[in-house]
Amino acid sequence: MSAIVAGTATTAPSAGRRPRGGLLRAVMRNRKAMLGAALLVLFVLLAAFPHLFVPWLHGDPRAIGDLPLEGPSGKHWLGTTGLGQDVYAELIYSTRESLVIAVVAGLGATILSVVIGVSAAYLGGFADDGLSMLTDIFLVLPTFPLIIVLATYAGKGNLTVIIIVLILTGWSYGARQMRAQALSLRNRDFLESARCRGERRSYIIVVEMLPTMISLIVANFLGAALYSVLTAAGLQFLGLGDPNSLSWGTMLYWAQNQGALVNGLPAWALSPGLAVALLGVAFALLNYAFDEISNPALRPVRRRRAKSANS
Amino acid sequence: MRYLIRRLGFFVLTLWAAMTLNFFIPRMMPGSPEQALRERFSKGGSVVSPEQLRTVLAEFGFDPDKNILLQYVEYLKAMVTGHWGVSIGSSLGVPVTSLIGHALPWTLGLVGIATILAFVLGTLIGTIAGWRRGGLIDGIVPPVFIVTSALPYFWVALLLISLFAIGNNPLLPNDFNYEQGLTPGFNGEFILSVLEHGILPAGTILITAVGGWILTMRNNMIATLAEDYVRMARAKGIPNRRIMFGYAGRNAFLPNLSGFAMSLGFVISGTILVEYVFNYPGLGYMFYNATVSTDYPLLQALFLLVTLAVLICVLLCDFAVFLLDPRARTKG
Repeated sequence: MSAIVAGTATTAPSAGRRPRGGLLRAVMRNRKAMLGAALLVLFVLLAAFPHLFVPWLHGDPRAIGDLPLEGPSGKHWLGTTGLGQDVYAELIYSTRESLVIAVVAGLGATILSVVIGVSAAYLGGFADDGLSMLTDIFLVLPTFPLIIVLATYAGKGNLTVIIIVLILTGWSYGARQMRAQALSLRNRDFLESARCRGERRSYIIVVEMLPTMISLIVANFLGAALYSVLTAAGLQFLGLGDPNSLSWGTMLYWAQNQGALVNGLPAWALSPGLAVALLGVAFALLNYAFDEISNPALRPVRRRRAKSANS
Repeated sequence: MRYLIRRLGFFVLTLWAAMTLNFFIPRMMPGSPEQALRERFSKGGSVVSPEQLRTVLAEFGFDPDKNILLQYVEYLKAMVTGHWGVSIGSSLGVPVTSLIGHALPWTLGLVGIATILAFVLGTLIGTIAGWRRGGLIDGIVPPVFIVTSALPYFWVALLLISLFAIGNNPLLPNDFNYEQGLTPGFNGEFILSVLEHGILPAGTILITAVGGWILTMRNNMIATLAEDYVRMARAKGIPNRRIMFGYAGRNAFLPNLSGFAMSLGFVISGTILVEYVFNYPGLGYMFYNATVSTDYPLLQALFLLVTLAVLICVLLCDFAVFLLDPRARTKG
């Protein structure tokens, strides 16, 4: 198990130096991919260097001011909260936590789905039946209610709990796709020859199989990250996050609690949601673009997709 | 036939898994329900004796002195026979089943109609977009609906409220299921009020859910249109409309149908948020309230019910695939 986990981490950077090397160029040529990437880069910058975007701020972005419930103005671009905090500063500084949740939970779910999907396909037989059944069950269980139940019991607000729960509920869709793809690879000649060379199983899976699945793995990560962003924001919006944390979902929670819309402050009520939406759109655009790049059926008309979707 | 039996087996297994999760999650988590209950009651200002607490917990199926396996069996029996206990939340003592009974029709009406509408509309638009590959619709559809499918439910809800339901003279109401002064009944005023209150929540679900169907249907359609039997149909001179719906659409629809059941869980997730934003007194809102007031019996029953709903839909879609797709019948 651990060998496979380590494998996904090490194969990721190798995408750039693949002998074919067409991935980067394909991304550059796809307009959706470029737009998504640009948005994502912007969010990464916001998360890494928030102070650059709020240069006048010294100290806590949540500092309580003396002008509560102000509309947008030159001083407060997006107005102020019920406690007089500057919405714009909060918004910028919240990027980090939201992005971290997306990336960590997305990564975790992807690793889990690779491990389970590939082992199911590779082991076959009884193990495959068991793992596939597990995947199907998790796929059907209504995840958001499950998350709410889990978060309620596990104590509200704990970021680690939220991330773990997101991983546990977000892997199943990917695992199914991984299994299908690994299954189609199983009897290819290059794997057969590796087996004839007497390579170990772990070597075959990590070095031979996973690199050929890299585009699916990336697409999966993007999907899982999108799911994590939306779900985490939803949880925090409902008040199941840490009410003192700096994140978009928490901002939404306070805006809702303090009646931002009713008080005629749409900028405060809607801007954190817009940020969530834009981050989600970035992941979705990249995901769809990857679909187009990795699956030629969507560009020139061929029939591979119908088969993979049916199986 | 084997196909159907296997699907039925899956149904039972998943339901069992959901019930088991429901049973073990509260017992695995830090902090006992006894403690949580005591805190809740003391917060409310009332003093509860340990005996009273015991009774409430026993009602709920907790009995720390009893063997956990025995508890589990009893719990399963109670769940299957519909003995779901009483609420320990804001409506203390009311049977969970009757609470759910009041909320269910609203959710079923609102979410059911909106979801099916989204599915049908999405499939239709997707079919047309895929058919006219490179046409005007196909040019607009993917980018627009990639964006809408990534929007958070609650944000769309808030946006719709701020556009249509806030201000001095709001166009549409922004909370509850009908005008509170009205008495429910089968008259024009009441029905109009219900419809008025349903437009925004339904619109939210429609906007966010329709994108996914359009995109997958379009992609399936493109793939199917390349099949030889479609070319054959064209060569025979069969009218375009019949090829579009009877040949390509019918086959492209199959994966979408199984996808519909699978994604129902996501729709339900969205429903909780939508009902919360609109204060719509359906199951989703009740779910939220049960969380806030740590009403375990209600929470468990709702989770079970939601799982059951998804599973029934999966089963129905399996039957539909069975009827529509001869391959599913022979594959076994």
